[in-house]
Order: sequence, then structure tokens, then C-alpha cells
Amino acid sequence: MTTTDASGEEGFTEHFEALLAADERIEPRDWMPDGYRRMVLRQVAQHAHSEIIGMQPEGAWLTRAPSLHRKASLLAKVQDEAGHGLYLYSAAETLGVSRAELLDALHGGTQRYAATFNHPALTWADTGAIAWLTDGAAVVNQVPLCHTSYGPYARAMRRVCQEEAFHVRQGYDVLWSLCRGTPEQQEMAQDAVNRWWLPAVALMFGPPDTTAGGADDRTAAMGAAVSRRSMAWGIKRHTNDELRQRFVDNCVPQAERLGVTLPDPAIRWNEERGHYDFGPIDWRLFREALADNSQCARQRLAHRVAAHEDGAWVREAVDAYAAGRYEEGQSA
Amino acid sequence: MTVSRTGERTRDVAAYALRLGDDALVLSQRLCAWVTNAPTIEEDLAISNIALDLLGHARTLLAYSGELDGTGRSDDDLAYGRTERQFRNALLVELDNGDFAVTIARQLVYAQYGLLLCTALAGAGDAGLAGFGARAAKELEYHRMHAAQWTVRLGRGTAESHRRMQAGLDRVWPYAGELFEADELVERLDADGTAVAPARLRADWEREVAGVLADAGLTVPAPSWHATGGRSGLHTEAFGPLLAEFQSVRRQYPGGNW
Amino acid sequence: MSERTARVQTPWEVFIRPRRGLSHQHVGSVHGADADMALANARDLYTRRGESVSIWVVRSDAVRASSPSEKDPLFSNAADKPYRYPEHYVALNEGGSHDG
Repeated sequence: MTTTDASGEEGFTEHFEALLAADERIEPRDWMPDGYRRMVLRQVAQHAHSEIIGMQPEGAWLTRAPSLHRKASLLAKVQDEAGHGLYLYSAAETLGVSRAELLDALHGGTQRYAATFNHPALTWADTGAIAWLTDGAAVVNQVPLCHTSYGPYARAMRRVCQEEAFHVRQGYDVLWSLCRGTPEQQEMAQDAVNRWWLPAVALMFGPPDTTAGGADDRTAAMGAAVSRRSMAWGIKRHTNDELRQRFVDNCVPQAERLGVTLPDPAIRWNEERGHYDFGPIDWRLFREALADNSQCARQRLAHRVAAHEDGAWVREAVDAYAAGRYEEGQSA
Repeated sequence: MTVSRTGERTRDVAAYALRLGDDALVLSQRLCAWVTNAPTIEEDLAISNIALDLLGHARTLLAYSGELDGTGRSDDDLAYGRTERQFRNALLVELDNGDFAVTIARQLVYAQYGLLLCTALAGAGDAGLAGFGARAAKELEYHRMHAAQWTVRLGRGTAESHRRMQAGLDRVWPYAGELFEADELVERLDADGTAVAPARLRADWEREVAGVLADAGLTVPAPSWHATGGRSGLHTEAFGPLLAEFQSVRRQYPGGNW
Repeated sequence: MSERTARVQTPWEVFIRPRRGLSHQHVGSVHGADADMALANARDLYTRRGESVSIWVVRSDAVRASSPSEKDPLFSNAADKPYRYPEHYVALNEGGSHDG
């Protein structure tokens, strides 16, 4: 047993561990180990950035939505994503970093966002497939995060989850109409599902952390170490592979009802496991997307940076105006 | 005689609702292009809220117009089924977004006009327009506040923001007059109190906007030329590409189910 | 009034009264260079769906906290006083739940 040093860190560690053991939340002004703070921050920041970058593929279709009803629901959805990004940036700020630092990290590429969004949204049907599959995967990830150990993150996730259910239904509804439309529309829907299925299955749940799902032992072991740490701290509640399985189990009957084929011939019900089997994931594709070198990845980041730089004069004006008003108040 | 006057009035209300609906629709379309491009994420959210309100106005008005004009066209039929020359929006709303200052200037001009018009319509003789006016005025009040606050911040921010805000006002100002133009249609509807001739709102509009510009330390642009044509379907060249983009998916899949 | 001038990224705490009869509840935070901006941002962020009767915004740096940690000596005296709660006493009726 280590002796308590002058800073009294030993007592703090015990208190922190006791809170976790009692399934209590950690709040911003609690003492926490640096590793915990870094891990929460990395996850919350990545999540926030994903919401903001995730606005782009669907946002590009706002001006082309094929009915006024679809336009309104897509606007509401993209707007929610901006809102979710803001909830999460607020949660990240409670860990002592500013929004400016977080955005710099996004723009500079030192913090990541979900690589799923580095795929292009090529047709109107993509707005449906993204919402059904990508948001559907996000919900599977996010529901357990409503009970994550860091209080501000859990509270942000509760808000996000309340709103996210609408996104998945909205996307499914877009595809539902297409699947009941002309043969050309059905083809467009199937094509979009073909392109968004694997990104959702592979990239929305992170790397393999068990040997399920096609990972080799070494990759799985690396993933497992990260997941174990995160789960011990109550940040994550389930392994990536557990959540991935849950997602596949959700989607297969939904796809059948919709009338689309999921692009994985290995999908079939496994009576023994009580789950759907699915084909091994091509983790090479996963790593390529992580390399941030695709044309679309560059475009996503360039779009975001351009918006930020074009708006610099506006933000400077706001600061100058506020400072001027403050001085007026001082001299009065 | 009575019957035909009633019929004429119904057609007039349909044409009037179509103008206002097209204004809201086209402005909403322009604002959609700001989403993911705004100066802050907060403004992505604020602008999409405003676009969503305007889209709601457009849907109500176009559906009402289609119901009254005897063709039975839905809001979607009117939005996606017409060509450039059949749109009746004022030219102001189809102007390119420009920088954030141009967009804010356009918002100030439009929201102040829309607020006065909808407030007046709330007391109009046509029940459909009155109901719409009462609901929309509340939202436009917020849009006006958003635009006015930004106008003041940019006008009194930095030298650059002041210059841009003044340039934005100068850019949109010649397009404001068209909103208040009188023609036979609005005069007939105004005469018997069915709807409101916007010309009657002009003095209030000028006073309100001048007040915001004074707060912002900006100059009311000098009277110059005055754009016109939108109400008779004569648009700017920017309108064709706007409409092509708007209608593209629906036109690519004829007979589609959305 | 806060001590320092605000900027576009100054954080404000947001409190919303969800409906009449309830007190304002803390819902999160927003940025704003002045109260108007913080209020507008709070409206757009926190009331997109929900009914809300009123919103308060308070600059985050104007909030005085009871101690630097959530493990708070100010409230330790409340922890072992069961006699402040009705459950500590014999029930007024058979079920023992609500006394009506």
C-alpha cells in the first residue's frame, strides 16, 4: 500500500473509486485521475465533432428535398445535430477545455470524428440510409451512455437520446416511401443501403474488442485493453462487439419489413446464439477510413474549416461589440 | 352578380396567398444553404430555426392557395410543379446569400415587413389569411429581433463588420420597395378589407428599420433604383438555378412516391 | 454584473421553467457575448420541442459554488438527520405511503 503524499491524492483516489463502485456520477469539480479525464474528454469531444461533421452529408440535401414535408423533417434533423454537438461541447467544457480549443483540435485533425461521415451522400436515398443506419447505430451506442459515469456527459446523452429516436424513424420513413415508389426509387433506396451498411456496422462501434466479428487475436486484444479500462471507469458499459451485435439484431427484421436486402450474404439467424450471424468485417476498410486520406474526408474538414474562417470577422465583431458595451458601462 | 364577385374574390385571395407563400418558400430555400456554413454553430441552429418557420408559412399559404384557386393543387404541386415564370415571389428573397451581413440585411428587411403584414392580416376579413397572420406574426417577431440584434452587433462591432453591414444594406435596399408595391389585385383585396395592401405598412416599416440602423450606427441607404418584376414572374437570373436545385430530385423521378 | 467583459464564447448557465407551477431548472449551458445572445441561443438550443414558460441565463463565472469539490462539507451535516424526513416516523395510515 502506498503512503498518502502531501497532496492527499490517496484519499481522493479512494473517494473517486468509491463513487464509481456505488454507481454514483462523477461531477466536474470532483477530483479525478488524469487518465479518466483524458478518456472522457476524448470520447465527448469525438462525439461532439461527429455531430457537427455529421450535419454535412445530410445538410447537402436540404436544398433538394423532394417534398416540403421531407424538407421540414430533414431541417429539423440537421438542426438537432447542431444542438447535440452543442450539448456535448458544453459537457466537454466542464472538463476545463474551451470550445475554441476543441474546434482547433477538430480543424487541426488532432481530435477525430466518426469516420462513417467520410463517405459521400450521393443521392436523396442516402439521407434515409444515413438516418436509419448511422443514427440507428448511434442510438445503440448512446442509450447505455445515458448512465455513463461522468455526470455532464450522461445528462447530455439523455437529451440526445430523447431526440435521436425521431432521427432513426425519419430515415426509415424516407426509405419506406422510396421502397413503395417506382422501380427507380426502389433501386435508389437499395443502392444507398448497400453503401451505408458497412460503414455503420464497422465504423460506428469502433474497433473490435473481442474475437467476434472477424478481428485477429492481436487486434482484438488491443481493442479489449482500451474497452476494459473504459468499462472499469464506467465510461463505457458494453464492449464494441456486444453493441455491434445488438445493432445487427435490430436491423435485420427492419430491413425485411422495408423490403431491402442488407449487403451481407452471411446474415442469418443463429438459433443457438439467439442472434443474427453476420459476415466478418473488413477491418482494412476501417483502417483506411481512419487514415483520413480520402477525398471525402478532406472535403468534410475543409468545409468545416472554411465555415469557421469565413465567420471569423463575425465572431470578432461580436467580441468587439461586447467590449465596447462593457466600456460604456464602466465610464457611465 | 354576387356569385361572380365572390368567385373573383376567392381567386384573388388565392393569388395573394401564392405571392406570400412564394416569398416564404424562396427565402427558406436560401437560408437552408447557410446550414453547416454559419459563423458559429449557434447560428447554424438559429438560421435553420428561421428557415423552418418560413417553410411552415410557405406550406400553409401554398396549400391555401391551391385549395382556393380551383385546381386542387397541393403545396408540393405548387412548389415543385411550377416553372420560373410562374413564381410570384419578390426579388429580394431570391438574392444570393452573400456574406453573413448581406443575409442579415435581407432578414431585417423581410422580417420587419413580414411582421407588419402578418400583424395586419390577423385582423383581415379573410379568415384563412387572418388565422395565418396571427400565427406567423409571433414567429416573425422573433426573426425581426434576431436580425435587429445582429445588425446592431455588426454595425457597432469592428470597422470591418461595420463596412460589411453597410454594404449588405446597400445591396438589398433597392429590393425592398417591391414588397410594398400596389397593383390591382392588392387594391381590390384591400378595398373591402379581405386582405392588406402592403403599401399601407411602408411608413411604419421605414420608421422601424431606421430605428434599428440608428442603434447600429449605420446609414439608411439613399434612394436609388428600385427593382421590380417578381410579382409578375419576371425574376433575376439567380432564380433559375435556385429553382432547378430545389426541384431537381422530384423532377428526376417522375411519378415518384415521397 | 460580472467583473469581466464577455466574448462570443463566454459560457452562461441556462435555467428553464418547463411549465407554470414549477421552479426554473438547470438544463445546461450556452455561449453568448451578452444576455440577449445567450437567451437567443438558449431558446434555440433548449426549447426546440419542449414547452417552456421562461428562460433564465446567468453568466457561469457569476455562480458562487459552496466548495471547490462536490464532496461538500456544507452538506455533510444533513446526511445523518433522518428525523427531517416523514419516513422516520410512524405512518398515519395502514399502507404507510402517503398521508393524503
